[in-house]
Amino acid sequence: MSLGLLCLILLGLAAAAFFLGRQRAMAAAGGDVRRLHSLPGFYGQITALAVIVPAFAVLVVWLLAEGFVIQSSALSHIDVADVPAGSDVSLVMADVTRLARGLATLAANGTDVEALSHDPVALKTALGAAGVAMGNDPTPAMIDAAKAVRTTAAQSRLGLSVVTLALALAGLGWALVRIKPEFRARNATETVAMGLLIGASLIAVLTTVGIVLSMLSETIHFFGIYPATKFFLSATWTPRFGGGSDLGIWPLVWGTVYVSVIALIVAVPIGLLSAIYLSEYASRRVRGIVKPLIEILAGIPTIVYGLFALITVGPLLRDWIAVPMGFGNSSSSVMTAGLVMGIMVIPFVSSLSDDIINAVPQSLRDGSLGLGATPSETIRKVVLPAALPGIVGAVLLAASRAIGETMIVVLGAGAAARLSLNPFDAMTTVTVKIVSQLTGDTEFNSPETLVAFALGLTLFTLTLGLNILALVIVRKYREQYE
Amino acid sequence: MKDLRLERDVRTETNKIEARGVQVYYGTNHALKDVDVDILDKTVTAFIGPSGCGKSTFLRCLNRMNDTVASAKVQGKITLEGEDIYDPRVDPVQLRAKIGMVFQKPNPFPKSIYDNVAYGPKIHGLTRNKAELDEVVESCLRKAALWNEVKDRLTAPGTGLSGGQQQRLCIARAIATSPEVLLMDEPCSALDPIATAQVEELIDELRSQFSVVIVTHSMQQAARVSQKTAFFHLGHLVEYGETGTIFTNPKDPRTESYITGRIG
Repeated sequence: MSLGLLCLILLGLAAAAFFLGRQRAMAAAGGDVRRLHSLPGFYGQITALAVIVPAFAVLVVWLLAEGFVIQSSALSHIDVADVPAGSDVSLVMADVTRLARGLATLAANGTDVEALSHDPVALKTALGAAGVAMGNDPTPAMIDAAKAVRTTAAQSRLGLSVVTLALALAGLGWALVRIKPEFRARNATETVAMGLLIGASLIAVLTTVGIVLSMLSETIHFFGIYPATKFFLSATWTPRFGGGSDLGIWPLVWGTVYVSVIALIVAVPIGLLSAIYLSEYASRRVRGIVKPLIEILAGIPTIVYGLFALITVGPLLRDWIAVPMGFGNSSSSVMTAGLVMGIMVIPFVSSLSDDIINAVPQSLRDGSLGLGATPSETIRKVVLPAALPGIVGAVLLAASRAIGETMIVVLGAGAAARLSLNPFDAMTTVTVKIVSQLTGDTEFNSPETLVAFALGLTLFTLTLGLNILALVIVRKYREQYE
Repeated sequence: MKDLRLERDVRTETNKIEARGVQVYYGTNHALKDVDVDILDKTVTAFIGPSGCGKSTFLRCLNRMNDTVASAKVQGKITLEGEDIYDPRVDPVQLRAKIGMVFQKPNPFPKSIYDNVAYGPKIHGLTRNKAELDEVVESCLRKAALWNEVKDRLTAPGTGLSGGQQQRLCIARAIATSPEVLLMDEPCSALDPIATAQVEELIDELRSQFSVVIVTHSMQQAARVSQKTAFFHLGHLVEYGETGTIFTNPKDPRTESYITGRIG
């Protein structure tokens, strides 16, 4: 039975269960809804849920486990001797999988697979004719493995169908037996709803954990072939794809921090001041026009900002500031990327700060104005201190955004890793290097490629640190009003 | 709590604030209609009336807090010691330093107790040095009957105090700018009876130095603390006179209905 059909049957069963449960509840109450603890619909819901939830849970777990079972059944046919020199078990397994798929196609065409499987050469020809290209001639061991894959998969599917359908029917029976007028179906649905919500948040958390773990495993792999001390202590970044690279992280971290700091120097004052204007001074009409306009900045794709940096800001800074003042003649510079990135994160600062400032109770403003303070004194001495934790949060969010930015840096600051204080020098950041290391033409197991994961993990740690800092600050100063 | 003091002498004082023909509009809503009131110096004046009758609106006219509401429009003449407070030459910011205000809900700033009280003197430059400021803070907290409770924790946040203490802190904060008039907009509505009694006692003491105007929903409170009472209804000033007269011998039938609980 195919997976889609199985799902459809389960859904159909659930729909039927809904009506059955409802009907049974009504019958149990003698047709009088008032005698039921809950509305009839709740009994239907709980019956449908009893049918579908366990069945789908088993379905998901089964499908996750199925891959491993099939893999091991195939592996049992492959010896170490079957793996050709210079190849890998995983490559042979890829061939086996392809072969299994080819066998399925042949079987579907009506060919006698059993007869062909004793003759590798004929098998390859037949596969070629059916549109499945094999690189190497299949060995008898591989054919056995492929057949094992097919039989295990078929058995697994059959088992899956039987088990899930049985579970669904058992659930239906269980729910129908339990339905009595005093059964609290409404509360039971509530428990299921809570489970659903917990599941949703669990997925978000587990995804984060998964990301970290996958980065971590590759990073450990990287440090296995490249010394960590050199990575963390070297001040030069010169990857050579032939090997013998110098992969010191500091030029990249420095570039990241430098660009982000410039971006924040641009974005925080402009964003904060415009937020203050919008929330405290602007009339409702002006606010209604200006706020969406600022938020448009957040909607511009970063590659467009990158073009702006490359075509306009970079040459402008070079011709009017860098060259006349003797800072160099590079049109891609930290300053270019920082300025443009600063413009990009203005809406993060201004929009969030605006909301936060608006959340400060009006009574505090009234109190200050009632004491004879001017509006700007009120803002400086009462509103901003009260809104500070939120504003810090907004700034740190903008900082995380700036640290993770890639496109603007590629086009604005260049790709040269350099430790320099001159803001008009071309430099580069961690994210840019991750992209360029991973898109290079080297094999995946070389340190030059794997360094990308170590860089990614460093970046993750950096932004995580910033976020924790933001949380600590917010928690420390929260509860100051109300 | 004190007994109802319906019979008492009212000292003859000079007019502190005179309001003539005051009209207030919120957009198209005519909230206050033709109000004439004289507020006496060193007297507690109570504004009573059902919700939405315009008493808080009128209170907010007296220190031009209505200026901060964009849709509000005030007409008529209000003078503070003979000077028109709506004259373009008058700076509303300076005016509010002279006419302090205490709000319905305690609204201490998210600052220390000390900084809450020192806020006004600091922004108006009323003290020359830290020692003088300390003195002002202490005397205001003493006047607000809060000093003994907070003297050991002046650096603790003002928001950490109890509701009644917070309201007394707000009163201390308001009198720290040495105002001439103190406006109180239902200062006890968020407080329990004990804190209310403390604040009422305080209001009675403040009368020796300030002219106090209090908006209240509680007629008992008006009778307890005030010497003059004004009754507002549907935007009109219905009756204004000695508290004792208003409560025992009202002239207008609407006043009588309200104080006996038939309308409101």
